[in-house]
Amino acid sequence: METFKLLIVILLSSVLVDNYVLSRFLGICPFLGVSKKLDQATGMGVAVTVVMLIATAVTWPIQYLVLNPLKLGYLQNIAFILVIATLVQILEVILKKFSPSLYKGLGVYLPLITTNCAVLGVTINNIIDGYNFLESMVSSLGCGIGFLFAMVLFSGLRSRIDDSHIPTPFRGLAVTLIAASFISLAFMGFGGIVENIFA
Amino acid sequence: MNKKSSLSVLLNGIIKENPVLVLILGTCPTLATTTTVTGAFGMGLAALAVLVCSNVFISLLRKIIPETMRIPCYIVIIAGFVTIVKMIVQAYMPALYETLGVYLDLITVNCIILGRAEMFANRNPVVASALDGIGMGLGFTLALTAMATVREVLGAGSFAGIAIPFMENFKIEFFTKAPGGLLVYGLLIALIYIITKGAAPVKTSFSCEGCPHAATCTIETCQKKGAEN
Repeated sequence: METFKLLIVILLSSVLVDNYVLSRFLGICPFLGVSKKLDQATGMGVAVTVVMLIATAVTWPIQYLVLNPLKLGYLQNIAFILVIATLVQILEVILKKFSPSLYKGLGVYLPLITTNCAVLGVTINNIIDGYNFLESMVSSLGCGIGFLFAMVLFSGLRSRIDDSHIPTPFRGLAVTLIAASFISLAFMGFGGIVENIFA
Repeated sequence: MNKKSSLSVLLNGIIKENPVLVLILGTCPTLATTTTVTGAFGMGLAALAVLVCSNVFISLLRKIIPETMRIPCYIVIIAGFVTIVKMIVQAYMPALYETLGVYLDLITVNCIILGRAEMFANRNPVVASALDGIGMGLGFTLALTAMATVREVLGAGSFAGIAIPFMENFKIEFFTKAPGGLLVYGLLIALIYIITKGAAPVKTSFSCEGCPHAATCTIETCQKKGAEN
């Protein structure tokens, strides 16, 4: 039961409190770039979640079964980025071959994720936080869902921005960032809730 | 290469093509490490070091690296230099290492570095690539420091950890939190537009050419996405 509670806390806190986009600022580029339309935002969010989960499932064993026993911890960065880049390529090839319809939905977003800092960030953070395998997977799932959540919310806000009259200097990214600031402010309201959820 | 053009390569990165405020690259570290001036300055210098080294190295190897395998090669070179810089920071500046945390690792996937490798270093000689790296790195450092100055002075009432007499009594903590970072960044971009009187191009979205992932994505999907947008 205790483990279950811990997992729930990890999940909720990575979705709401430590949202990767809005409070840790990882994966800002796709957040600003692909959030114009709802379907694109959803596709990107799902693709990121899937890649995060697979990447964690592969990098965690690499860290604890290969790098740590061989005392190669300093290779973490190079090893992880190479593994993630290769994984995304393989995933793309597999999807293309076996599920063309899924590839059509998610495939276009996959190359964009290769160097997404949220994916590398989540794998490294799981190691830094000292999570075990199950906790790491839950934390990655939470981060992915949090990313998806932020993307979907923000795409709704952006369609409103496009229809408004905005002073010239603020057009484009300036007003988008300010809008993101408001969403982030809303997310700050979740602070402190999750830690006390079972208290 | 004559003197004037190498100077213009250097200045290009600082002003005309400032990576943070004009090209809008490297947004993640820009927002995350600018809560304190010290952290922002350190982040800027770390990125500068990686940028110069990787630019020089990639420029040296530009005739050897095969065209189709270039992105993985660049990533390995960059990740290698990031590891070196990370070890140096950890050994000699432990306080900075603590502040930057995971963002030091994430220099590997910083769009600016991969972008410059792809856009400049792989088609220019070594000296020009080094200058381009210095210019871009300085531009990044300056923009980060400017943003951190606004956020630290207003949010924590101090500058680089030194309390400012009047400001420390009126801290607006909002600015050191996440939303404050996004707000200040948005306002700075608008300010740059006003200062340059619109000479700096307004980025309405991430197009293919400025797209941080343009370097890594296969061109056809990128163009397809560009057409959709």
